[in-house]
Amino acid sequence: MHMADALLSPAVGGTMWGVAAGTIAYSSMKVKKELDDRKVPLMGVLGAFIFAAQMINFTIPATGSSGHLGGGLLLTILLGPYAAFLTIASVLVVQSLFFADGGILALGCNIFNLGFFPAFIAYPFIYRRIAGNEPSKARLTAAAIIAAVVGLQLGAFSVVLETVASGISSLPFSTFVVLMQPIHLAIGVVEGLVTAAVVSFVSVARPEIIRGATESVSLGSLPLRNVFLSFLAATLLTGGIVSWFASENPDGLEWAIAKVTGSGEVTGAEDGVHGMLAALQEKIAFLPDYSFKENAAPAEEGVAYAGEAKGDEAARLGTSVAGGVGALICLTLAFFIGFVLKRRLVSEK
Amino acid sequence: MRSIDGAVLDLKRLDLLATGDSAIHRLDARAKVLTTLVFIVTVVSFNRYEFTALFPFFIYPVVIASLGNLPAGYIVRKISMVVPFAFVVGMLNPLFDRELFFHLGPFAVTGGWISCASIIIRTVLTVGAAFILVAVTGFLSVCQALERLGTPRTFTVQLLFLYRYIFVLTEEGARASRARELRSCGRKGLGLASFGSLIGHLLIRTWLRAERIHMAMLARGFTGEFHSRQVSGFGWGELFYLVGWSTLFVTLRMENAAQWLGRLVMGLLS
Amino acid sequence: MSHHIVEVKHLQHIYADGTVALQDVNFTIHHGESVAIIGANGAGKSTLLLHLNGYLTPTAGEIRIGDFPLTKKTLPEIRRTVGMVFQDADDQLFMPTVFDDVAFGPFNLGLPVDEVKQRVKDVLEQVGAAHLQEKPPYHLSGGEKKRVAIATVLSMSPDILVMDEPTSGLDPYARRQLLGLLRDFRHTRIFTSHDLDMVLELCERTIVLHRGTVKADGPTLEIFGDEALLAECRLEKPLSMQGCPVCGRGK
Repeated sequence: MHMADALLSPAVGGTMWGVAAGTIAYSSMKVKKELDDRKVPLMGVLGAFIFAAQMINFTIPATGSSGHLGGGLLLTILLGPYAAFLTIASVLVVQSLFFADGGILALGCNIFNLGFFPAFIAYPFIYRRIAGNEPSKARLTAAAIIAAVVGLQLGAFSVVLETVASGISSLPFSTFVVLMQPIHLAIGVVEGLVTAAVVSFVSVARPEIIRGATESVSLGSLPLRNVFLSFLAATLLTGGIVSWFASENPDGLEWAIAKVTGSGEVTGAEDGVHGMLAALQEKIAFLPDYSFKENAAPAEEGVAYAGEAKGDEAARLGTSVAGGVGALICLTLAFFIGFVLKRRLVSEK
Repeated sequence: MRSIDGAVLDLKRLDLLATGDSAIHRLDARAKVLTTLVFIVTVVSFNRYEFTALFPFFIYPVVIASLGNLPAGYIVRKISMVVPFAFVVGMLNPLFDRELFFHLGPFAVTGGWISCASIIIRTVLTVGAAFILVAVTGFLSVCQALERLGTPRTFTVQLLFLYRYIFVLTEEGARASRARELRSCGRKGLGLASFGSLIGHLLIRTWLRAERIHMAMLARGFTGEFHSRQVSGFGWGELFYLVGWSTLFVTLRMENAAQWLGRLVMGLLS
Repeated sequence: MSHHIVEVKHLQHIYADGTVALQDVNFTIHHGESVAIIGANGAGKSTLLLHLNGYLTPTAGEIRIGDFPLTKKTLPEIRRTVGMVFQDADDQLFMPTVFDDVAFGPFNLGLPVDEVKQRVKDVLEQVGAAHLQEKPPYHLSGGEKKRVAIATVLSMSPDILVMDEPTSGLDPYARRQLLGLLRDFRHTRIFTSHDLDMVLELCERTIVLHRGTVKADGPTLEIFGDEALLAECRLEKPLSMQGCPVCGRGK
C-alpha cells in the first residue's frame, strides 16, 4: 500500500508533497487553535503506539494468515481528524526515514493516501454518521468496517492513480485496479474489525477516553465545508498534474486509455488471445512507439533507444553495451573513491 | 514481518550513527536535507527505460557514507532488505511490457526487463539516500531542519514526541506480545479478540502515560510553546555542499556519463 | 521565614468513579525537613503527591504551599516552587536530548538563552550528569535517567522536592549513588517509597498512609519500631532493622 520513490515521477511526487504539506499546515493551524495542550504529548505517544501496534500480528479470521493494525481510523476516533492526520503523517515520516517504507519523495503520496482518507472522509462522513454518540457494539463494528473499507478503497485507488500517472511501472491501469481494490477490500474489513475490537475494549475499560474523544470532535466543530474544499483542491491539483502529464503526450485521455490497452497490444501481438486487439491495431500503428514517447526528453541519451525505430536493434544494442560497460566503470569508480576516502579518514585519526 | 525487538535495535543503531563526528555530520542539516531531495528528484526524473545513466549517481551515497564514516556493511544490509519488495513490483513490468529492445547473446531483452532493472536501481539509490541522510544527520536535526525550512512547529514537535516515545512504546509492545506468544503455545498469532484486548490494554497504558507526560510538562511551566536553541548556521560550507552536489546531479541527469565513459573505454580498446 | 511550609488540611479526594482515595488528611511539613510518605499499594500516596503540585484538585480541604493557598491563580508559582520527580523517568524526559529536557523548564520561565545554558550546566554537574548533555534520553541507563529527571526539576530552582519512588528499578550501585545525591540536598524533601531502608537513611520523619487516611506521623525510627502498626498497614521493618538471617543476631 505504501507508494515507493522508485515508482514515482517527480511531477506526481512533487504535487502530492504539495498537497500533503498544505494539509499538514492547515491541520497544524487547526490543532494549535484548539489550544488543548493535553494533545501535544497525546498525539506523540499515540503515534508511537500505532508504530508499536503495527508490529504486533494477529490471525485473520478464517484465513490463517496474519495481519496487523493500520491505525488511521483508530487514531481519528481517538484524536479527531486534524490531530489524527498529523499523527499519521508523523508516523509515515519516521517509517520512510528509518525503514524505507515508501521513501522521501513518496511521502506526500503516502501521507495523502493513508492519512487524508481515513481522517477527513471515512471518519466524519461514514463512521460518525453510522456510529453516532453511544453506539451499540454491532453498530460500532458496522461503522468501523464500512469506514475502514471506504478509507482504504480510496487510498488504494489513489495509489493506482499515482502509479499510473508516474508511468514508471508498466502495470496497466485496469489490471492494477483489479489487483488493488479487492485486496484492500479484505484489508479494510480486517482493519474495521480490529478498530472496532479495540474501541469497544477501551470503551468498556475506560469509557472516558472514547467519550472525551467523541465530545472534543463533535461534528459541529468540524467545518465540513473546509474539508470538502480542501479535498476538491487536492483532487483538482492531482487531476491537473495528471492531465499536464498527459498533455506531453499527444492526446490527454487517449494517452491514459492507450496506456491500458497498449500493453494488452504487446501481449496480444504475441499470443493473439485478446479479441479486442484487432480493433486496436490501427491505433497501435499510429503510436508504434507510444511507450517510449512519454518523457523522452531530447536531451537525454535514453532517447538513443527510446526514439529509434524498432529495426535499429543493432544500434540499440551498441549503445546499451557501451552504457553497460560505462555503468560498471562508474560503479567501480564510485566504490573506489569511497574506499580511498574512508582510508584517508581512518589514517587521519 | 520484522520482529519488534529487531526493529527497535535497528532504529537505535541508525540513531547512534548520527552521533558520529565528521565533516559531513557537522554540516547544517538543511544542506543535507535539501541535497537529498535534489538527489532523489533527479534520480526518479529519468524515464522508465533509463538504466545505465543511473549508475553514476552511486557516487553520492558512496562518498557521503565514506566521509561520514558509516559502516558500509550495515547500510548495504539495510538497503538490501528493501530490494525484494522493489523486485516484486518491478517483476510486473516484464509481464506487461514485452517490447523487444535488443538481443544480448541468446537473451531477448524487452523493455519490461530494462524498466524492472531501472526500478531496482532507483530503489537502491533513493532508499540508500534516505538512510544515509538519517545516519549522518540524526532525526532531531532533520526535524530542526524541516522546521527552519518552514514546517509548522506543531508538526515538528509531533515528530519529536513520536520519535522519543517510539523507543518506550515499542518496548512495551514487545513485552506484551512476548507474553502473548509465550502463552499461545507455538501458534503464531492469536485471534482477533485477544488481539483487540492486548492492543486495547496497550492503548490505555499509552493514554495514561500521555497524561503523566502532560503533568510533567505542566510541572515545568509548559504553556503551549516550545523553545529551542539554534544549533548551527547555514554558511559557505553548506552552500558549497548543496550547490556542488546539485550541479553534479543535474549534469548527470543531462548527460549519460556511463554511456560516455563506456564509449570512451571501448573506443580506446578497439 | 515560613516560606517553604507544606500544609495539608482536611484533604479529601474522591475520583470520578466514586473511589475515595484520600479522607481527612492533615499534616504540616516545615522548611528543610525530609519526610517519607509510606503505605501499601493503593493507600493513596500517589494521589496525595499529585495534589502537592496542583495536578489534582481536592474534593474538599485545603493545601497551602509557603504563604499561598493552592488555587488556580497561584498554580504557576506553586509548580515552580514544588519540583516533582516522577516514578517513571521516561514520563519526565520527553525532549529529544538531555540538554533540551533540562532547558525545557527554564525556557518556560522566560529566562534568556545564556542563563538557561548556565543553569543546565550547573544542575547537570550537581547530579553528576554533565557528560550526558547531548545524549537522547533513550540511550541512557535507568540510573542516568533518574539523575537527569532530577536535574530537569532542579533547573527550576524549586524550594520543595517531591519524589515518587525514587529508587524503584535501580540497581544497587545506582541506588547508592542516588541516596548520596539526595542526602546532600538542602531542599525540603518529600518522598514516597516502598524502599524502607532508603526511608530510614534519608528521612527523619515518616507519615504512614492507610486506606486514604494518615495512620501515623512521627520520627521514622519510632514508626519502624511499632510492629503492630506496620503489620496493620501491610508494611514491615526495613531489612537493616531486622535480625540477620544467617547469624541470627538481632539488631
